[in-house]
Amino acid sequence: MRHTFRETWSGLKRNASMTVAVIVTMTVSLTLFGLSVMTFQEVDRVKGRWYDKIEISVFLCTKDSAGTSQSGNCEPGQDVTEVQRDSIRTRLEQNTDVDEVFYESKQEAYEDYQRTYADSPLLDSLKVDQMQDSFRVKLIDPENYQGVVAEASSLPGVQNVLDLHEVLDPIFSVLNGLKWGTMGMAVLLLAAAMLQIGNTIRMSAFTRRREIGIMRLVGASNLYIMLPFVLEALFAGVVSTILSGSALLASYQFLIERNAKVSIQALPWITWSDAWLAVGLVAIVAVVLSILPTLITTRRYLRV
Amino acid sequence: MITFEDVSKTYSGQTKPALRHISLQIDKGEFVFLVGTSGSGKSTFLRLILREYRPTSGKIFVLGKDLVHMHQWKVPALRRQIGTVFQDFRLLPGKTVYENVAFGLQVLGRPTSQIRQLVPETIDLVGLSGKEDRQPEELSGGEQQRVAIARAIANGPKILIADEPTGNLDPQTSVGIMKLLDRINKRDTTVIMATHDQTIVDQMRKRVLELDQGNLVRDQARGVYGTA
Repeated sequence: MRHTFRETWSGLKRNASMTVAVIVTMTVSLTLFGLSVMTFQEVDRVKGRWYDKIEISVFLCTKDSAGTSQSGNCEPGQDVTEVQRDSIRTRLEQNTDVDEVFYESKQEAYEDYQRTYADSPLLDSLKVDQMQDSFRVKLIDPENYQGVVAEASSLPGVQNVLDLHEVLDPIFSVLNGLKWGTMGMAVLLLAAAMLQIGNTIRMSAFTRRREIGIMRLVGASNLYIMLPFVLEALFAGVVSTILSGSALLASYQFLIERNAKVSIQALPWITWSDAWLAVGLVAIVAVVLSILPTLITTRRYLRV
Repeated sequence: MITFEDVSKTYSGQTKPALRHISLQIDKGEFVFLVGTSGSGKSTFLRLILREYRPTSGKIFVLGKDLVHMHQWKVPALRRQIGTVFQDFRLLPGKTVYENVAFGLQVLGRPTSQIRQLVPETIDLVGLSGKEDRQPEELSGGEQQRVAIARAIANGPKILIADEPTGNLDPQTSVGIMKLLDRINKRDTTVIMATHDQTIVDQMRKRVLELDQGNLVRDQARGVYGTA
C-alpha cells in the first residue's frame, strides 16, 4: 500500500502541469454542470404548485381594488359578495372549455405566500387582508383560453384575470435557454475533460512503462498496477469537486441568497438544500468522469 | 512441468507461422537450451510459456495449468512462478541494486519483513554482496545481469526463462553468468535459455532444442550448438 501511494504521489509530481490542466478543465465543466442542475431546480420551483395544473387565475375583488388602474368589475370599497362568488364559480364550471376549477381563499393564499417566502425579509410585509380570493382554472385545451378569459373578465366581482402561462413563459424561455445552454456547455467540457484525463494517464503510464513492464513480468496483479493511476485521476477529481463545489455554494450565496432573493422577490428561489444536492451530483459525476477514462486507458497497457 | 502439444502460432496479419506443430515436454529441474537463428521462433516459444500470447492451435500446459483456457486474471499468478531474464537486463534506473531486487517483491505485496530477509540472501546467491547500494549504471554488464537474475529468482520461481542472457556480455563474463544459472538449476529450478552462443552450449552439454523457421528440428539430450 505504501508503494502504491508513493507511486501515486510521484506520478502527480511528474505530471504536475497536466494535472493542473485537468483540474482546471474539470472544475469549470463541473461548475457549469452544477449551475445547470441549479437552473433545473429553479425552473421547477418557479412552476410551483399551480403551473402544471392550471392555466388561468381569476382574482376576485377586495375592498382596496376599486379605483386602482386595475379595478376590473369591482364596486368601490366593496369585497366580492357571496352571490357574485357563487355565480362566478357556476359560470366557470359551466364553460365547456373548462376542465376543473379550484378555489383559493385569502387565507390559503397567505399561507402559500408564507411558505414560498419563508426565509425572505418580505415575509411580514403582507397581511391576510392584502391577499385576494381567487379561482384557479384548468382548461381542457390550454391553447383555447381566450373564451374563458373574456367571459371571466366580464363577470361582476372579478378584479383581474391572469393567464399564468402568459406571465411565466417569458421567464421560462430565459431559464430554459440558461439551463440547456449550461448543460450543453457542461457536456462538451466534460467530454474534453475526459479526453484530457485519458491523455494524462497515458503519459503517466508511458513514463512508468519500465516499471509496468517489470510488474507484469513478475506477476503483479492488474489492480496493483492500475491503482496508482486510478488514485492519480481520482485526486484530480476530488480537487475539482472541492473547487467547483465551493464555487457553486459561493455563487448560490452571492447570486441567489444575497442578491436574487432580495431584489426579485416576486419569484420563489431555490434553497441551500437544492444547492447541496447540486454539489452532490457534481461529486458523483466527477468520480465517474475521472475513473472511467483511466480504466479505459490503462487497459491498453495491462493487456497481457 | 511444461508441455507443448502440437502448438502452432501465427501472428495476426502474417501468413507465415512463427511456430509450427511443436510438441515437446520439459521436466522439472531440467536445463534446456533453445537455439536457432533470429526469427526462428525462440522468442515466440518463450512468450507462449509466459502466456503473453495464446497459441493459434494446440495445447500448452505449464505447471499443471492449461494456458489456452486460462483466465486473463490468473496470468499474474502464473508469472509469479516463472522468473524472467533478458539480454538488456531491464533494471530500473535510479534504484539501487537492493531496491531493484526488492521492487519485484514489493509489487507482489510481500511484507517488508520478508523482503528484508529475501533480498540480501538472493543478492548473496548471485555474488553481489557488498554492492547493494550501487546504482545499476555503476555496475559492469555482468553484474547488471546478476541483479536481473536476482530479481527474477527472489520470489522462488519454479521456472527461470532466460532470453539471450549473455547476448551483451563478453565470453569471460558469460561463463560466470552460466555458472550462476547452473547453480540456480541445481536448486531445483527449471531453466530454459534461448541463446546464440555456440561456445556456451557446447561446453554445458545440456538438452538442446533447435528451432528453424518455426519448426522444431532437433531435440537432443546433452547436445551441442550446431549439428554441422
